Amino acid sequence: MNDRPAPPKLPDEHGVPDPMQYMHPIMKNNYGKWDWHDRPRPGVLHHVAKSGDEIWTVKAGTTRMMDVFQVRELCDLADKYCDGFLRFTARSSLEFLCADESKVEPLINDLNAAGYPVGGTGNSVGMVSHTQGWLHCDIPGTDASGVTKSLMDIVHHDFVNEEMPNRVKITTSCCQINCGGQGDIAVNVQYTKPPRINHDLVGKVCERPSVVARCPVAAIRPAMVNGRPSLEVDEKKCICCGACYAPCPPMQINGKEETRIAVWVGGKHSNARSKPTFHKLVVANLPNNPPRWPEVEAVVRTILKTYKEDARDWERMGEWIDRIGWPAFFEKTGFAFTKHHIDTWVGARNSMNHSAHIRF
Amino acid sequence: MSDQMKIHPTPKLDELEKGPWPSFVTGLKRLRDSGKAYGPMMNDLLGQLEHSYEERLGFWKGGTVSVFGYGGGIIPRFSEVAEAYPESKEFHTLRVQPPAGMHYTTDILRKMSDIWEEHGSGLIGFHGQSGDIMFEGCTTEEVQPAFDKLNALGFDLGGAGPALRTSMSCVGHARCEMSCYDEARALRMIINEYLDEMHRPALPYKFKFKFSGCGNDCVNAIHRADFAVIGTWRDDIKINQDEVKAYIGEVGRKYFIDSVVTRCPSQAISLNDDDTIEIDNKSCVRCMHCLNVMPKALSPGDDKGASILLGGKRSLKIGDLMGTLIVPFMKLESDEDFDNLVEFAGEVIDFFADNALEHERTGECIDRVGMPAFLEALGIDPNPNMITHPRTSSYVRTDDFDEEAAKYYAKHGKSEAAE
Repeated sequence: MNDRPAPPKLPDEHGVPDPMQYMHPIMKNNYGKWDWHDRPRPGVLHHVAKSGDEIWTVKAGTTRMMDVFQVRELCDLADKYCDGFLRFTARSSLEFLCADESKVEPLINDLNAAGYPVGGTGNSVGMVSHTQGWLHCDIPGTDASGVTKSLMDIVHHDFVNEEMPNRVKITTSCCQINCGGQGDIAVNVQYTKPPRINHDLVGKVCERPSVVARCPVAAIRPAMVNGRPSLEVDEKKCICCGACYAPCPPMQINGKEETRIAVWVGGKHSNARSKPTFHKLVVANLPNNPPRWPEVEAVVRTILKTYKEDARDWERMGEWIDRIGWPAFFEKTGFAFTKHHIDTWVGARNSMNHSAHIRF
Repeated sequence: MSDQMKIHPTPKLDELEKGPWPSFVTGLKRLRDSGKAYGPMMNDLLGQLEHSYEERLGFWKGGTVSVFGYGGGIIPRFSEVAEAYPESKEFHTLRVQPPAGMHYTTDILRKMSDIWEEHGSGLIGFHGQSGDIMFEGCTTEEVQPAFDKLNALGFDLGGAGPALRTSMSCVGHARCEMSCYDEARALRMIINEYLDEMHRPALPYKFKFKFSGCGNDCVNAIHRADFAVIGTWRDDIKINQDEVKAYIGEVGRKYFIDSVVTRCPSQAISLNDDDTIEIDNKSCVRCMHCLNVMPKALSPGDDKGASILLGGKRSLKIGDLMGTLIVPFMKLESDEDFDNLVEFAGEVIDFFADNALEHERTGECIDRVGMPAFLEALGIDPNPNMITHPRTSSYVRTDDFDEEAAKYYAKHGKSEAAE
């Protein structure tokens, strides 16, 4: 009786930690009182407070998934040049905060020597915002870290320079739920076949009514298969979205050949100039081809190259296409325009051209 | 230990060590070869990942793992190929809430690293898409002691499942002249007030808050959050005409016209003959473009606060939804202003909890009940800022139109033109 272990102690429900205890003193002292900023060189931001205080930010690309040795290596640099203060951006870039301009160049040299690119500021291609993939997700169609590494290798030059018409945000998602979010370019899994159902397991591991309820097109219904309660899919209705797979793993949506990749363009989260937009389909059915996804790389390269050459200053990807029109986009990039580019989902008619406005 | 460890060959992953960008594979191998207790776990993790690259399939399944006192915050992962990779058969993630704005000292990062070396895999993700620090790779047994130590350090688990989720705010007040409210304060006040909804999942589905200090929306709030708080201002843009002249002198008039004047979405900027500018502030939509291009010359006004958009989400189930403007402006300066924001956030969470179906997000719930019903339930008056244009369909019953118009006039007064 007495050797029953004591229950663990209840957690201290701290909630969100107060950032002030970890914030660079210059940022803390000038909190809410900044005046202007400029960019002395790509990868460096220089902010000036109303008090006259200044701070230099050196932005470095990371792998997002970091080992503790890497974390400590980066901490050593922050101790040496930044009085021990740094922060992360929403896209997993690391910002080193320097109180003194003279620290900037030696820090950049040390970062580059250790293999970290410095960039991602101004009109550059930022870090790919991505998901977990095969490393940790329970429903992934592809990897995320590997796709990201492959893409960042090909855009490295445009991460460390500011040569694009406007900033470019690339995202990648390893299933159609699209956890990676909207992007100027989005590289997302696109399933191509209805789920393959293991009828021996459905009745045992799936809560069938909730699986039926998850389907966006009501294509799933309860059925008895081989004398066992299971589910069946109307394959003519099925849009291959994979929504049933998460609540019911025996409805396998992934397959070596069936899981494909689609590339989308023109998503934008900022309100600058035009309103925020969702990304639009460019190419589907690319093979899921690790470890480098060369077919995806080729499509992304083409889109970036065409945008870089053709867009005017400050046009985001979607704004550039709005100016030149979709016919010119498909013509200049050389991608095929198919019936699958015409929307079929709710509100589809809003995406049609209700006018005689035509570009020739 | 690594002397006896049979290293899994990883020919496919090795390809990802080439090229100029830093490689996560090199990081995983450093952990494998560290000689630490987690070395074998990371060897098998690499083996399973290589197997995924080979088979082009994932091999993790979920389950139930939690810490004492909480219902969420741990992402359990059990290997489906554990016979071949036994050391990483349990590879759970602790989602931990970062300080608002993701500020760190090297001291705290080192302490976290030490804890994760002792109890986990040594692999940390900064950060997940909701904003969590992801302590990735933990056995079931080590989850509790790892959490206890992180908790003693002042950190708390984040959200998972049908619950309030970890939130994210931009750098904002800490280092940005565009910031229109104290983002970190708003984030902490709301999340910490409704923390119970995070730790004890009881909502119909996930609920996300995101906080951006201006319309640039650096944390993608409008796309991704059920409740997006976007900083803005009501009075005039502040113009430093000397800096405007200096900028035009630097880039030239043609560039200025092409890149600033004609890029204004509401044609609110006019260039004077002496290279100063006029801004029609009644037409300005606070899009941020001209401020982004000329941060030295232009600044947000002084009457600051935030716009609130509700219902943004990703694909599942009915398709992607953009956040919809519900509150055009909420002043966010005084303690009372922030209390009002927290109270409104609570009302929206309550509506969601009471009305959404299982696995339905706020935006989907609003679509199902209809926007007018949603506004009425929250006691929000219709406002023309909410719409792109009034309805074009005549399929609506309007026999109470005069009563509705009377409510409007009672609030806004009746102008002479309407008499």
